[in-house]
Amino acid sequence: MLRFALVGNPNSGKTTLFNELTGSTAHVGNWPGVTVDKKTGTYKKGDEPVDIVDLPGIYSLSPYTPEEVIARNFILDEHPDCVINIVDATNLERNLYLTTQLMELDVPVVVALNMTDVLDKNGDRIDVKTLEKRIGLPVVEISALKGNNVEKLMTRAIEAVKNGRKGSSVLKESALSSAINNAEIALKLKEVEAPLFHAVKLVEKDAIEVQTHPAESRAVEAFIRENLTQDPFNGDMEAAIADARYKYITAHFSSTLTRARKPSYDELSKSDKADKVLTHKWAGIPIFLVIMFAIFHLTFSENFLYLGSIIPAFGEWCGVEGNAVKTIFFAGGINSPGVILFNAMELFTGKVEEWLSLGLDGLGANPILAGLIVDGIWGGVASVLSFLPQILVLFLLFSILEDSGYMARVAFMLDRIFRRFGVSGRAFMPMIMGFGCSVPAMINTRTMADEKERQATVRVIPFFSCGAKLPILLAVAGGIVQVFDFGNADVITYSMYLLGMVTALISLLVMRNTTQRGEASPFIMELPTYHMPGFKNLMLHLWDKAKHFITKAFTIILISCVAIWFLSNFNWQWKHVGYITIGEEEFARTDLSILASLGQFIQPIFTPLGFGSQLNTNGWVFAVAAMLGLIAKEDVIAAFGTLAACLAPMAFGGSSEDGIREVVVMIEATGIGVAGLISFIAFNMLTIPCFAAVAAARGEIGKEKFKWTLLFWIFTSFLVSSIVYTVGEFVWPVVIWLVVAAMAVVGIVFYNKYADKKDAQKRLLNAKK
Amino acid sequence: MKLLSQLKIGEQATVVAVHGEGAVRRRLFDMGITPGAEVYLRKKAPLGDPIEIAIRGYELTLRKAEAANVEVK
Repeated sequence: MLRFALVGNPNSGKTTLFNELTGSTAHVGNWPGVTVDKKTGTYKKGDEPVDIVDLPGIYSLSPYTPEEVIARNFILDEHPDCVINIVDATNLERNLYLTTQLMELDVPVVVALNMTDVLDKNGDRIDVKTLEKRIGLPVVEISALKGNNVEKLMTRAIEAVKNGRKGSSVLKESALSSAINNAEIALKLKEVEAPLFHAVKLVEKDAIEVQTHPAESRAVEAFIRENLTQDPFNGDMEAAIADARYKYITAHFSSTLTRARKPSYDELSKSDKADKVLTHKWAGIPIFLVIMFAIFHLTFSENFLYLGSIIPAFGEWCGVEGNAVKTIFFAGGINSPGVILFNAMELFTGKVEEWLSLGLDGLGANPILAGLIVDGIWGGVASVLSFLPQILVLFLLFSILEDSGYMARVAFMLDRIFRRFGVSGRAFMPMIMGFGCSVPAMINTRTMADEKERQATVRVIPFFSCGAKLPILLAVAGGIVQVFDFGNADVITYSMYLLGMVTALISLLVMRNTTQRGEASPFIMELPTYHMPGFKNLMLHLWDKAKHFITKAFTIILISCVAIWFLSNFNWQWKHVGYITIGEEEFARTDLSILASLGQFIQPIFTPLGFGSQLNTNGWVFAVAAMLGLIAKEDVIAAFGTLAACLAPMAFGGSSEDGIREVVVMIEATGIGVAGLISFIAFNMLTIPCFAAVAAARGEIGKEKFKWTLLFWIFTSFLVSSIVYTVGEFVWPVVIWLVVAAMAVVGIVFYNKYADKKDAQKRLLNAKK
Repeated sequence: MKLLSQLKIGEQATVVAVHGEGAVRRRLFDMGITPGAEVYLRKKAPLGDPIEIAIRGYELTLRKAEAANVEVK
């Protein structure tokens, strides 16, 4: 089967064209070794099916970014039958810059000239026939969005495959031609594939080429020194080549564009006008904050647009409490779309659970087997699926912002602040998204250019306390106020959010100076024209993510949940622990389980954190609750409920709505103090997140670095919680912690100096070579 | 000698030379900042940095530190 590669600049409509060509056959994977999406699909509308590979969006075939290296290696090593180069007609010069590099490869190239309809609207026109003749490649005008001329594009590409093609270069008419010709001859003698491409890259002193052909590289260098004495770039071939390409493009290609009017910088397009408001000096950041608020409101609010107080009749219309309509749509106010979907999903998973247990009862199944299926397997799946609606709503809203071009502006506005912490403005969006849910937040770090920066960001995302961690905060803070009459629940909650953010920023700073060390990545980014995101693209994108998440939910996450269920329901004799009933509720005797004895075993390590050996014999419940929280963070409070029922059934007397009673019983049963409780909240906020987020992080960071990430989470949560506890319990450790912090800072500074020196030495050595 | 980072909002200039090294420099070239190219400083970010320029018919943002590699007239 024929295989075509799709190549083009970011924002050129490449993904839209890919979706148009492949429809539902698209499959998303990863390029080996890096977390860059690899999309493949099949074009079926022609006489013969054609495999389409969507290469990452790039501006050049330089060796500096992973995307560029992937695209380059794919074309060179995998030999696609044809390269379809999508070119944004509204941005001809920069797009054709990539085309001039693709032309140098020995592969058929077809130019898909996209968005000519936008040009038409302005009365501008590209003389396609002339452009085709000058460029020497087939050029087809298409509209990826409307699907116009896509079939014609494919027909011409198949024709191009039949004709075959040898590389050609626009540089052959420049002062560099003799150097390139010489290099090409040398490489031809060596029987290198695509000699012209490699010759140009050799002249350019491309790092990858110099390594593969060292002898030729030296010869080329010597030739240039001797023959190019009149060179205005002083032997800087990278500059000379980029300059020659652009000069050629302006002279021969972009001159085929005739404009209705001479463009002027003062004349503002619709997009420019929108931009003037959205990135306004004073209004820009407040507008951004309002947009963020709107997104969270749409996803999580139980009083949508604050209509609840205006139309109380809606609540009555919904019917009585417990009725499906009311459960889904109404909670004192009208629910937001995110909450409506969440409730619908919860109702569904609840019903399935009911049917399952009834069905298994009816079949006379073993109650332990029934427990495994209903609580272990389905309970695990349901806890993950219950996140899905809100994850998808968040994801959809953020995709709209990304596709419309707004996200790039957010990075533009906030880069200044985040640069201080060693990351670009691009890191901000994922972090904020973390307040909703870590899963979509981690996936969204893909917009970040630098790999190290991205990994550091993924690691700190869980510190931005997500929606599922809020119940822990509220319940424990409520418990503290009730039992100790200490402080105010709101203040405690707020300070914990703040603690998470501060920890995130400090961790970023530390990581970017130690393990994730690296120069701040360049922030040279296109600000694409604003446009309406295509519905089809959004939906396909969303479907990819949903599919991905569901596969994970039924594999890694499910297995982990079943393992935790087993540990909390069985004792060391491999027998089920049995149940205790309070009122109508039934609780498993988790206090007799393997998990409880594991909790007892590890209890001492939590002593510096305030919920270890200093508590009485029941103190292990905190360790157990934290472990159960791995399934889903809100399960921490549910675990308190189960354990309260086991340990103090009389005092407990049944679950409460807000979880405060559970916490109060736990406080009384264990003798924990205020500092220990606050440290426990901090621990849950900062430690390993839920399995869904763990799976997402593993996907984003890669297996190799992932174990360090786990270690990082454990270490940070232990460190911060023990600081919180010791400082809260006894004020004097402040001095010790300050000394430790000062030593760490000094250590990092020295490490950096040392590492800088080493880098410099390495560079010197390389240069000598 | 004037640098791209020193332009005022609404000011127009022509690129004379691009300094710097490695990835940053190559990126500047790849994005079309080559000698002879016309640039126009569209705006600055709310906090004064980075800047937004119009070049070769599109909008590009870069930090002042990176723009300081570009000599203009």
